[in-house]
Amino acid sequence: MYQYDDYDRALVFERVAQFRDQVERFMAGELSEEEFLPLRLQNGLYMQKHAYMLRVAIPYGTLSARQMRTLASIARDYDRGYGHFTTRQNMQFNWIELALVPEILERLAEVEMHAIQTSGNCVRNITTEAFAGVAADELIDPRPLAEILRQWSTINPEFLFLPRKFKIAICSAEQDRAAIMMHDIGLYLYTGADGQMLLRVIVGGGLGRTPILGLQIREGLPWQHLLSYVEAVLRVYNRHGRRDNKYKARIKILVKALGIEAFAREVEEEWQYLKEGPAQLTGVEYERVASAFVPPDYRSLSDTDLEFGTRLAENPTFARWVSRNVQPHKVPGYASVVLSTKPGIASPPGDVTGEQMDVVAGWSEQFGFGEIRIAHEQNIVLPDVPKADLFALWSRACEHGLGSANVGLLTDIIACPGGDFCALANAKSIPIAQGIQARFEDLDYLHDLGDISLNISGCMNACGHHHIGNIGILGVDKNGSEWYQITLGGAQGKHSALGKVIGPSFSAVEVPDVIERIIATFARYRESEELFVDTLQRIGLEPFKEAVYPKVLEVSA
Amino acid sequence: MNNLLRLEAGEARIVADDPWTLIRDIEAEQPAGQLIVPLARWLEDPQQHGVWLGPDDEVECLKPWFAQLPLIALDFPSFRDGRAYSQAYLLRTRLGWTGELRAVGDVLRDQLSHMRQCGFDSFAVREDKSVEDALKGLAGMSVLYGRSVIEPRPLFRRR
Repeated sequence: MYQYDDYDRALVFERVAQFRDQVERFMAGELSEEEFLPLRLQNGLYMQKHAYMLRVAIPYGTLSARQMRTLASIARDYDRGYGHFTTRQNMQFNWIELALVPEILERLAEVEMHAIQTSGNCVRNITTEAFAGVAADELIDPRPLAEILRQWSTINPEFLFLPRKFKIAICSAEQDRAAIMMHDIGLYLYTGADGQMLLRVIVGGGLGRTPILGLQIREGLPWQHLLSYVEAVLRVYNRHGRRDNKYKARIKILVKALGIEAFAREVEEEWQYLKEGPAQLTGVEYERVASAFVPPDYRSLSDTDLEFGTRLAENPTFARWVSRNVQPHKVPGYASVVLSTKPGIASPPGDVTGEQMDVVAGWSEQFGFGEIRIAHEQNIVLPDVPKADLFALWSRACEHGLGSANVGLLTDIIACPGGDFCALANAKSIPIAQGIQARFEDLDYLHDLGDISLNISGCMNACGHHHIGNIGILGVDKNGSEWYQITLGGAQGKHSALGKVIGPSFSAVEVPDVIERIIATFARYRESEELFVDTLQRIGLEPFKEAVYPKVLEVSA
Repeated sequence: MNNLLRLEAGEARIVADDPWTLIRDIEAEQPAGQLIVPLARWLEDPQQHGVWLGPDDEVECLKPWFAQLPLIALDFPSFRDGRAYSQAYLLRTRLGWTGELRAVGDVLRDQLSHMRQCGFDSFAVREDKSVEDALKGLAGMSVLYGRSVIEPRPLFRRR
C-alpha cells in the first residue's frame, strides 16, 4: 500500500487545521451558508435529511487493517455504530455533528486518510477495480498511476471550481471492473508492442440525468503524458463547460455539444503546449510510487489444496459461496474473497457495523497481508487469501453476517442510501432493495438464475448506477409520492450498455411483483445456462413488457 | 478604498492608496482618475485605462497590447465560477503577462491562496468583507502536489 511521506502527512494535517478554522468561522456567523457550502463539500461534508453526512475517501478502494479499525472507531464514537460503502469505493457516515468533524478528520489524518474532494465541483476520488494488483486477468497494476493522479488532483488550484463534479477511473484488465465508460475520464492502461505502458483515454461518460457512455479521444498515449493530458482535458472543460444549468454542466454535455472530434481537437491543441513540459512524468516518480505497490511476500503454495478440495466436496453451502464470492488470483494457491454486504433484510446494501469492520480488519491480517479493498458494487474484498484458509474465513464471515453467497446474483443489489437519508432523493432505495431481497430468499433459485445485476437509485443523480444494471430501478417523484421506473438491459464492463425504460412506473409495493415477473419471463425463455442479459438481447424487451403490463389495454379499454 | 491586497516582492500588504476605480456600468457617468473598464469598452480605445475581463472573454485578444497595458483584472461573478483561474494561468504561463493581475468580484478569503497559485498578484476583496481577515487566506497550504503558475514544477520534480 502507498505510505504517506512528510509531504502527504503535512498536507492532510494542514487541511484539517484549515477546515477547523472554517467550521469555527461558519459557526460564529463569519461565513454564510453559501460561502461555507463548497468548503464543506470539498471536505466531504453534505447536509442530509437528518444530519450531516461525511464521505471519507478510500483512494482507489484500498485500505489497511489499521485504517479499517479507525473507520470502525469513527462509526462507534461519532455515528450510530455503522458506516456505508458507496459505489465510488468510499465510506459515508450518516449521523455526524458539524462541530466534531475536525476531530474526525484529525483521527483520519493520523492513519493517512482524509475526506478531501469527496464532494464538490472538483476532481473526485480516483477509482479503479477492487482486484487491482491481484486479478488473474490483469495487464498492468493500475494503482501507481491512480495514486499519482490522486496526488496531482488533490487541491490543484486551477481545478477546484469546475462547472461540475469530475470523476476519473483507471483500469487495466481483460474485464473492465472499474466502469471506465461511465466516467468523465476513463483510462485504460495496456502494454504497447514495444512493451511500453500506454493509455486509452475516454471522455464524457457519466450517468445522472443524461446517461452517456464515454467516447475515446486518444489511443496509445505513453504513460508519461498522463498528467499533461488530463490537465489539457480539464482546462478545456473548465473554460468551456456550461455553468448556467447544473444538469448540463458535466463534461459529457460539452463533448456532446462540440462533437467528439472537435472536443478532441481542442484537447490536442491545448496539450501541444503542455506535453514534454514539467508535468511529464518521470521514471523516477513512477518507481517511487510503484515501490509502494510491490507484491507482498506470497508463500510458495500449490494451486490445489487438498483440504480445500475436501471441504468443497463435503460442504455444498461452502462450495456455493466459493462459486460466487471467490475470484481467481494471479499467484498460485491464493484467491481473492468478496465479503457480501448484502445479507438481505438484516442490513441495507453497503452498510457495515463497526464490529464488522473490526473483524474484517482482523481477517485481513490473519488471512492476508493486512490489506482490504472496497468494490464499487459496495462489497468488501480480501485480496490475498490462501485457498487453504477459505473455509475458516467463510465460517467466520457467516458468523458475522458477511457470508452471503450472492456476489453477482440478483440480491447483490447496488443501492444508494436513497430517501431514508439523502436530501436529493425523490424516493427511498433501501426498502425497495429489501423488498426484492425478501422475495428472492431461495438461494438455490438465485444461483440457478446466474449473474443478474440489479441497481437502485433514489433519484436522477444515479448514485446507484441504475442505468447500467441489467435491471435498473429509479425512484421518481409524481405529485409528491414515490414511484419507481424500471429499465432493462444495462450492463457494465467491456460490453457496457444503458438500460431501456420498459414502461410506466410502479409504486413501492408493486416492485417485488414486477421483478418477479421479469425473472419469470427470463426463466421461461432462457436457453440452457444462458445469462439474463443474453436472453434479453436475444428476445428483446417485448416479452418482458407483456409480462409486466399484461392487463393495461383491457383496463384502459 | 478598494479593500485591496497586493503581493509585492512576495510580501502581501493591504493597499490603502490604490488609484484604480472598477467600472462595471459603462452607461453611468465615469469618475475621473484611473479606471478599469470592461473589455468591450476598453477595445474601443486601448490606449488608456486598465481592463477587466469576464469569464466568457478570451484572454488571447489582449496579447498585442501587453506593452502598454497597465493592469488586467479578471472578474469572479461568483466565487464558485472557476474560469478565471484558467484565464489567469493562460495570461501568465502561455501569453507571458507580467504586469498586475487583479482578482475582482466575489473575491473571498478562502479562495485567495488558489488565486495566488494561479498567478493573481492583487486581490480586491469583496466590499463587505474585512481585508485584514482576508489576508489570512493568502498563504494557503505548504504542500502543492501538482503545479501552478507560481510553482510550475510538480512536487515530483521538487522532491
